[in-house]
This record gives sequence, C-alpha cells and structure tokens, in this order.
Amino acid sequence: MSSLAAEASKKILLKGNEAICLGAIAAGCRHYYGYPITPQNDIPEYMAAHLPALGGTFLQAESEVATINMILGTSASGKRVMTSSSGPGISLMQEGLSYMAGSELPAVIVNISRSGPGLGGIAPSQGDYFQAVKGGGHGGYRLIVLAPHSVQEMYTLTMLAFDLADRYRTPAMILGDAIVGQMKEPFEATPYDSATTAEKPWALTGCAGRERLHVKSLHLKDNAIEVHNWKLHGKFERIRKTETRAESFLLDGAKIAVVAFGTAARVSKTAIQWARKEGIPVGMLRPITLFPFPEREVFDLAKTVDVVLVIEMNTGQMVEDVRQSTPLHDRIAFLGKPCAMPTPEEILDRIRALAGRKG
Amino acid sequence: MSIEGKTEFTKPVYTRPRSLVDVKTHFCPGCHHGTIHKIVAECIDRYGVRENSIGVACVGCAVFLYDYIDVDVVEAPHGRAPAVATGVKRAQPDKFVFTYQGDGDLAAIGTSEVIHAANRGENLTVVFVNNTTYGMTGGQMAPTTLLGQKTSTTPYGRDFRSDGYPIKMAELLAGLDGTAYSARVAVSTPAQIRKAKAAVRKAFEMQINGMGFSIVEFLSTCPTNWGMKPLDAQGRVLGEMSEYFPLGVYKERKQADFA
Repeated sequence: MSSLAAEASKKILLKGNEAICLGAIAAGCRHYYGYPITPQNDIPEYMAAHLPALGGTFLQAESEVATINMILGTSASGKRVMTSSSGPGISLMQEGLSYMAGSELPAVIVNISRSGPGLGGIAPSQGDYFQAVKGGGHGGYRLIVLAPHSVQEMYTLTMLAFDLADRYRTPAMILGDAIVGQMKEPFEATPYDSATTAEKPWALTGCAGRERLHVKSLHLKDNAIEVHNWKLHGKFERIRKTETRAESFLLDGAKIAVVAFGTAARVSKTAIQWARKEGIPVGMLRPITLFPFPEREVFDLAKTVDVVLVIEMNTGQMVEDVRQSTPLHDRIAFLGKPCAMPTPEEILDRIRALAGRKG
Repeated sequence: MSIEGKTEFTKPVYTRPRSLVDVKTHFCPGCHHGTIHKIVAECIDRYGVRENSIGVACVGCAVFLYDYIDVDVVEAPHGRAPAVATGVKRAQPDKFVFTYQGDGDLAAIGTSEVIHAANRGENLTVVFVNNTTYGMTGGQMAPTTLLGQKTSTTPYGRDFRSDGYPIKMAELLAGLDGTAYSARVAVSTPAQIRKAKAAVRKAFEMQINGMGFSIVEFLSTCPTNWGMKPLDAQGRVLGEMSEYFPLGVYKERKQADFA
C-alpha cells in the first residue's frame, strides 16, 4: 500500500475524480499526461500536486493528440501510465489509441464524459458509449471499458483497469461522467491486491544483453497484418470469455429487469428500491464491463422476465448490445435522457407503467 | 605492407558502425537515408549509447529506421514522434532518446509536437530529414517544397499565393528558448558529410550533458520523386535547396540553464 493510500485508510469524504487518482497511485502509476477539459480537471490537478513527490511525472501536454502519444512512449517504456479527458479530448486521442491497440501497449484512459456531439455541453451524459466499446479509432480493435457507479468503484475499477491493461497488453478505459466524477461519497482506500505480474519483457529499455526490440503496428511483409489482426481478435475473444463483470441487484423473482451502467444504474437503484417497497418485482443487471458486454447474462435474464428496461443517459446506445444479446426483442423497453441524469421519480414512473401494463 | 610487397591488412581503419545493421538497403538509388543512418549509427557508437538508446520512428520512408539502426525502436503515429519521445524520456531519463523524422512528418502534421517538445526543452535529439517532398506516398507537396517546384499535388509548381512558403524549421526551432542546439546540414559532398557528423555529435552531446532539445536538419534527396538522376539530385541540394535553406548552426547553448 502506498503512503498516500495509508493516509486515506479510514473512511473519508472523497470526490469520484480524486478516487481515480488514488486508485492509479495505489496501483503503481507514476506517470500522468493530460490536457485541461471540464469536467475532469480534478484529476490532472490532483496528479500535478502529488506525483512529483512520489518521484513521478506530471506533464500538461499541448493537446490531447500529444497527450496520448506521450502515454504511448511511457507505456512502451514499460511503465504504468494514465491520462484523463472528456468527450472532445477523447476523440482527439483515438488515433493514438488505435496505434496503442495495434502495438499492444497497455495504459489507462479515463473519460469523464460530457454531452455531445461536437462541443456539446458539460452536462453528464453516456453518449460516448459507442466510441468507447466499438473501437473508436481506425482499423478494428477493442478497448477494455469499465463503468464505475460510485466513488468507491472509481478507485477499485481504476486499479483493475491497470491490471487488465497489463494482462492483455491493450488500453483500458474508465468510462464515467460528470456526476460520478464530481460527486462526493464516503470512501475507503482498500489495499491494492494485484494478481498481474509486473514483468514486461517487451518493454523498450535499451538493448543491453539482448537483441533490439521494436514496438510497432506497421506490418507490410506478406500477410503479416492479417496474422496480426487474427492475433488481436483472439485476445479480444479471450477478454470476452474471462473478464465480463456485472452486478445483479434485487433480481430475485424480478419480472422487470433494468439494464443500466454508471450513473444511470446508480439512480436506478433508488427507483428500484422504491418500487420494491410498492411490491413491484423489479431488479437490475448492471454491466460493470461495457466491453466485454455481459451478453450471456442478458440472454439468460431476458428469458426469465417480462420486460428488460434499458436506461441510458443518451438516446439509445447500449440498448443495441442488449438487443444483440437476446432474440426476445419485444421484451426490451428503453428510457433515454441524452444530456441529464434521469431522476429516480422518472424511473419509478416508468417502472410503475411497465408493471401496470403487465399486471 | 609486407616485405614481399603483398598487402596484408592487420588493422582495420574503416568498418561498418556497430550500430548499423548489416542488411541490404531497400532505399532508392541516390537517396540520402542510408548516409544519414550511417552518421547516426557512427555517433551512437562514438558515445557508447547503443545499449542505452531508444529511437522513435515516424511515418513515411523514415519509418524503416528500425530495419537499419541496431537499437530499441518505437514507432510513432504520423508527426507524433516528439510526443512519443517525450513519454519515453520522462519515463527513462537515463536513456538516450532520439527521433528520426521526414519533412511531411515533422514540418506539417507534427509541427505542434516538435515545437512544444523543443519549447519544453525536452532533453532529446531530433534527426530531421528534409527532401522537400512526401517520398513514400508518391511525391506530393511537402511543407518544405520549394516555390515553383512541381510535385504530384503542385503540378504547375508551388505558388505562394495558394500554397504558402517553404517552412524553415531549423531557424524556427532555434527561436525557442527550450532549444539547445539547432543546425542544418547536407550530405552531398564528403566535406558536407564530415560537417553533418560534427553537428550530430554536437546534438548528441547536448542530450548527454542534459542541455535540452537538439535538432539537426538534413537537406536530403528524393531522386525518384524529383524525377532526377542521383547525380542531378545532388546538384539540386547543392544549388537551389541550399540557397533557400542555408546550411549552418542556428543555435548552440553553451551552458545548461536548467537542471
């Protein structure tokens, strides 16, 4: 446990964005590069204040384009490294992310997303779901995408993101939003317990005592790029098989199943508890990994309930993955709110209406 | 010489640099990449940094650095080599870090990255190969294409009224406080090659001594895309290219003014 984590070893009131920083530092990240953008500025500000004292590097880059390439360079050096941004900045990083996926370089990318498209607004949104889980950049790859719904999870999932990124040698993303990033909650700095070895024999550290190494994504000879694509595909399939994570919330006997992630899931928990008090059999499946998406869990769940209510802070993105996971499309309902957090009352109203329709 | 008059070689006076990989070149006849690779490799050997070096390759013909220089190499997206090199150097300050970039890469798409790396005084070295065209993509207009020069995208010659002017990077970067060393050299005569090597040595010494950002711009040929014979291409470097892009040292820091 780092000394910072030790300081915070009892429960304190902490912002989500700061919990990400504590998680990163606990996981051994000592290098951060970034560029200012709302609503994630707490992260670079925290890192600027704390990383130098830990012997690390904080650098404010000239752009998100430069940022992601500094990340690439530090990752190629074998060091744990993180950046954070929001929608427009994450768009600028897509080129570098594609190169990193192609070059098989790990890193943690935090997207405290805002509403778009374009400059959009700074209101919380989940409009970056497609960009995060479907590849984002060119050429065909996946990011590992984790969606925290509490300050505590901002911490634990950041630590997990470093482990998964290193284990699979590919970038991992924390997909949050202004609510989960800016809200404060009681938080406890649990110890970092990693199962991932830190050995990185591929890292570029100078060729003393070995042949020179290359980290690259260009494959021109014969059909090397096709071989490389199938290799990457195999890796993403292994991630699908072994790293899917989801929370079951009050699903026992449920006839209505909410599927929501992040802030939308957090608000849904309140509405579901209210509805349960009214005797409505409702629960929730909360994807924690958005890639890999809990397809099997949705498939099984859809067979046992009357309605799958997908709730997102966008006009319908994850709902496409829900549809792909089950053939029972007539059971799928959707509640979307593209540029704001849905209130528990709105969700409860919708649950009541669905229960009435079925009851 | 033996007493019988037969020549016996007992002491090599000229060998392939240890840091230059022993492979056949794939570059076009008359291209300068091979000469510049050799100068870089000789300087790596001179300072004994081969096992301590990380090179950053760019996009374009220059990317094949990793086939020729026997050091660890990471490949950067187009124009981003100075940012990648920043990430390498910040993670491993004890390593020798250099980028190897063409003019489209450094002076067009990567202008922002090289200016800010220089302005931060990043303690790394940039080898910049300026042949006034995009070689790998088939000879399009580069930011350094001379006025009047015909390329595949300036079929009537570069016109400043629509295409602007050739950009002088060695001078531009010399104007930044973070730059420790900036020079422009050529390799079209043996004397120029010796001067070029001296400039690269100086740039390497800047980094080794922690003085900050160093860059050496090479005026280079692209006979294939210029539509010239190799000898005529040398003449172009010695003539109109050197007239517009004067050779020389534009900045040389004498003392480290930051730790």
